[in-house]
Amino acid sequence: MSADPREELVEHLPSLRAFAMSLCRNSAQADDLVQDTIVKAWTNMDKFKVGTNLRAWLFTILRNTFYSARRRSGREVADVDGVFSANLATKPDHDGRLALKDFEKAFITLPDEQREALLLVGASGFSYEEAAEMCGCAVGTIKSRANRGRARLAEMLNIDEDGAMELTDQSTMAVMSATQQKSM
Amino acid sequence: MAHDSENDNVRRQIDENLKRVFQEKVEEDLPDRFKMLIEQLKQQDSGDNPQ
Repeated sequence: MSADPREELVEHLPSLRAFAMSLCRNSAQADDLVQDTIVKAWTNMDKFKVGTNLRAWLFTILRNTFYSARRRSGREVADVDGVFSANLATKPDHDGRLALKDFEKAFITLPDEQREALLLVGASGFSYEEAAEMCGCAVGTIKSRANRGRARLAEMLNIDEDGAMELTDQSTMAVMSATQQKSM
Repeated sequence: MAHDSENDNVRRQIDENLKRVFQEKVEEDLPDRFKMLIEQLKQQDSGDNPQ
């Protein structure tokens, strides 16, 4: 029977893992987090209200597990592993199209809460209301976290209002973001 | 502060990139450990019911 949420759970694993990887910034830790989330979800499936959003429920379990582990370890800053840092910036294409790796490198420097807000509303397509419910905070809080994250990314990546995204190499990038200097 | 259309444009660009980065991770192969874990959980449910 396909209405069994346990069957449906499997379909959400790829996006659940993508969320974990972007939240943890460390793939080993991310996979442990996904594993814990699967076990928790499976054994608590009777608490899931059939007909509501299973993906949101799973993401909520994952982020709660992530934050309680973070609190337990007393470690606010995760180890960022080579998965993200190994591929260093290449020069942007001639059309100025942003290299994904460069975007990602900037993204992982954001605080957890801003990354989480952007992952939920920007990347995963949840509404601000859904994200607020998932994070147990006000809609305004999610909006402000997401907007602060976007503003910081725009600054780091030198995104201008014309739509041209111009990447510089890393050292210049730091200077640019510090001085707000516009190129050209 | 930038005016609204500027903000919208920046937001759109950032969200597009967020989606691309996220989608790249979604499309990665799942490690076998998760398939094995699901199998284990299914067996637990059907075989010796822990309750």
